[in-house]
Amino acid sequence: MTLREVISICSGSLVCGKQSLDRTVKLGFASDLMSDVLTLLDDDILLITGLSNIQAIRTAEMSDITQILFVRNKPPTKDMISLAEAQGITLMTTPFSLFRTSGLLYAAGLEAIY
Amino acid sequence: MELNYEIIAGDFSHAGFASSETKKVLKQLNISPKVIKRVVTALFEAEVNVSAHSYGGKVTCDISSKGISIIVADTGPGIPDLNLAMSEGYSTASREIQEMGFGAGMGLPNIKNNTDSLSIDTREGGNTVISMWIDFKNSAN
Repeated sequence: MTLREVISICSGSLVCGKQSLDRTVKLGFASDLMSDVLTLLDDDILLITGLSNIQAIRTAEMSDITQILFVRNKPPTKDMISLAEAQGITLMTTPFSLFRTSGLLYAAGLEAIY
Repeated sequence: MELNYEIIAGDFSHAGFASSETKKVLKQLNISPKVIKRVVTALFEAEVNVSAHSYGGKVTCDISSKGISIIVADTGPGIPDLNLAMSEGYSTASREIQEMGFGAGMGLPNIKNNTDSLSIDTREGGNTVISMWIDFKNSAN
């Protein structure tokens, strides 16, 4: 599904990375534990997380993840946005919980890794 | 080619800087993305560890045509029980570290899984030196 669809499905909004709205993503992974994210071998993952801090961006950078969806409307800070922009990472937010967001996106066809 | 970076104790916003810079260099050298991911995952976990648990330290990366040697040396206080620290799920991390998305006892196991050779020299009250080697030909994980 495209990132535009991700945003629409979970009533979200785009924070940065407007040029990537038509990029497609196949896999989703929901976690607040960055060490767990760092074990993933796949690229092209949508990271869904409640962890809104600089380490979430760093983890995405190390894991070659180019899109993050922050749940419960936790707004990324200026530092997070500038690091994400520098790394070409698209940031989105949704008012929904991690559980609801994951459920909606899974039902709409976003695949699980495990 | 040698790269050197400092890791500041308790400065979580800085943790990942050495990994990020090393990633840029490896990309320029056209190293395969799978290998780069192993390198930066191991180094990033080590950076977080030094930042979270030590008095600060240094990273030295030595890149050759065959692979990368990474030495992460802190200034203490050492790991009292290395076997325990290496077991998945064991952690002494503070709540602050957990709030940063780490501290679940996966750091050292993650480092082990992403390196072709790993040695950890530590003693309680002393410093810790982690020496890693990642082969550029080996993309297995």
